[in-house]
Amino acid sequence: MKLDIKIPIGLLFTIFGLALSIYGLATGGNTEMYAKSLGYNVNIWTGLVMLVFGIFMLLLARRDKKKA
Amino acid sequence: MSNILSLGWIDYGVMMIYFVFVLGIGWALKRYMKSSSEFLEAGRSLPAWVTGLAFISANLGALEVIGMAASGAQYGLMTAHFYWIGAIAAMVFLALFMMPFYYGSKARSVPEYLKLRFDEKTRGLNAIAFALMTILASGISMYALAALMEKLLNWPFDVSVWVSAFIVLAYTYLGGLSSAIYNEVLQFFIIVIGLFPLVFLSLKDAGGWAGMTDTLNEVAVARGFEPGTWTSTWAHTGSAASNPMGVEWFGIIMGLGFVLSFGYWCTNFLVVQRAMAADSMNAARKTPLIGALPKMFIPFLVILPGMAAMALAAKGTLTLDLMPNGSPNYNSVITSMLGHYYPAGILGLGLTALLASFMSGMAGNVSAFNTVWTYDIYQSYIRPNQSDKHYLTVGQIATVAGVIVSIGAAYLARQFGNIMDFLQMVFSMVNAPLFAVLSLGMFWKRATGNAAFWGLLIGIGFALVHHGLTIPQGASPDEIIKGGWISVVHTYPSGMAQSFWTAIIAWCSATLVTVSMTFVTKQRKTDAELVGLVYSLTPRIVVEEAKWYNRPKVLAIIVGIITVALTIIFW
Repeated sequence: MKLDIKIPIGLLFTIFGLALSIYGLATGGNTEMYAKSLGYNVNIWTGLVMLVFGIFMLLLARRDKKKA
Repeated sequence: MSNILSLGWIDYGVMMIYFVFVLGIGWALKRYMKSSSEFLEAGRSLPAWVTGLAFISANLGALEVIGMAASGAQYGLMTAHFYWIGAIAAMVFLALFMMPFYYGSKARSVPEYLKLRFDEKTRGLNAIAFALMTILASGISMYALAALMEKLLNWPFDVSVWVSAFIVLAYTYLGGLSSAIYNEVLQFFIIVIGLFPLVFLSLKDAGGWAGMTDTLNEVAVARGFEPGTWTSTWAHTGSAASNPMGVEWFGIIMGLGFVLSFGYWCTNFLVVQRAMAADSMNAARKTPLIGALPKMFIPFLVILPGMAAMALAAKGTLTLDLMPNGSPNYNSVITSMLGHYYPAGILGLGLTALLASFMSGMAGNVSAFNTVWTYDIYQSYIRPNQSDKHYLTVGQIATVAGVIVSIGAAYLARQFGNIMDFLQMVFSMVNAPLFAVLSLGMFWKRATGNAAFWGLLIGIGFALVHHGLTIPQGASPDEIIKGGWISVVHTYPSGMAQSFWTAIIAWCSATLVTVSMTFVTKQRKTDAELVGLVYSLTPRIVVEEAKWYNRPKVLAIIVGIITVALTIIFW
């Protein structure tokens, strides 16, 4: 493969994940804002999922690079 | 418009980061674009999981997300027919039976396969029809994006069209097909993660599956259908009058499940091109199967929110936008819900997911268009025998030209309501005859070039005539696009039924013409020329992959079992 696509995917989701979970933490006390999403802090949850996925992709990419 | 969303800095930030990555991928791939094959075929070097995800992502464009949610609201779970019967079987067939010839023939495009198997004029006809169709599809994606941004964020229509066109152009121009495919993979993950919270929240708000079913039963009864119509797939398809889609089981199986589905997935170069970019025959055959695994579950991502929106609207929790004529604008279901449920932060992600889906639709079409234009039109008819560098430049120019023409198509598309119906109509006219001709060509070595050419042409002709003579209920013959422009001799219960039958007629006439003309025309190709192109003359693939999960047949069986299970569960 020319460029390992797992690297940009991993980077993007790590950045997205960090951005949303930090933003979610910072706005966590704002119940008015999260009334929209039925009281769930969707930023933190989605952010964490993306962070885990992003790091997982980066680890996979590193493993493949070591093998090669 | 009443509810314009206001975006916070975080939302714009998420979008900006995404655009940086999209363009960055194009930039990173730029240095590999040394030959026309690299640019237009991705050098046939990608692993199966990448091409497999791109295979469905190229199709998971604007039309899919917005159109399927709209259909989910309007017709209910029956919309899942577009997946379980209308895609999976064809994807399995493509992988097992057709891919060996597409990939093995070393053709660079579907039209080129037609030239190798049949003759030059068959290729020419298909290449021109395909080029027009992809540009139209690309334009519709662009239109949908711009219309959405106008409504949601009050961005001017023209600005959205030109900016999105520029971004797609930039990354496809820089990195060619590889860039389009890489971005499709990226977009796939963003769409899934960005829409999932919406599914969760809307379903929760509608009272879970059980609560939603109750409300939708009331909706069904209020509209004169039996309860359960909105939450079943096959149970209410005994007659066209018993479901809101206006189609019966025969039309679904023959029209959607067979002709339209095989016509789209097995012949459309947009998706087939992804598989042809794979790094080996086995990877090419696995591509549609790997794509089929997530494809089976996409109904839950795009149709469920539409159904939930219908239930919520019935309960009064959510207000659906109305069209100027007072009927609900189902195409705005997804966006209304994004605004309703997503606070700042994830709102940016949800919008990015939508933007991503529009762009994958556009880029996919543009990258298929430039290949067909360069190899099948320019190299064949305008200037053959030039250096590869020349064709690389032509491919790049075609990319620019393709984007410019699709901008025109976007303005053309602006006037139509249900964009899905419109595209179905075009697909059914072009793809159904093509599938008839391709399958005859692959499995019947006698089929001749002249027969194939006339089969294609007459198939498209019959489709046009059928469209000109019929009309969906409630449409006026003044709207040429809805049909009835010759005279109205039959009225279908819905536009969907009309397009299913257009496809059936196109396929039948193309098959009949090709078969009967084959008997009266001479086969100009020798058996030796047809090796690798026709089933009976091609040696079987005997190499077995060591690992079971790398064998196409094993994957196909797994895909089949899950699809049957889903069909039974949601019968």
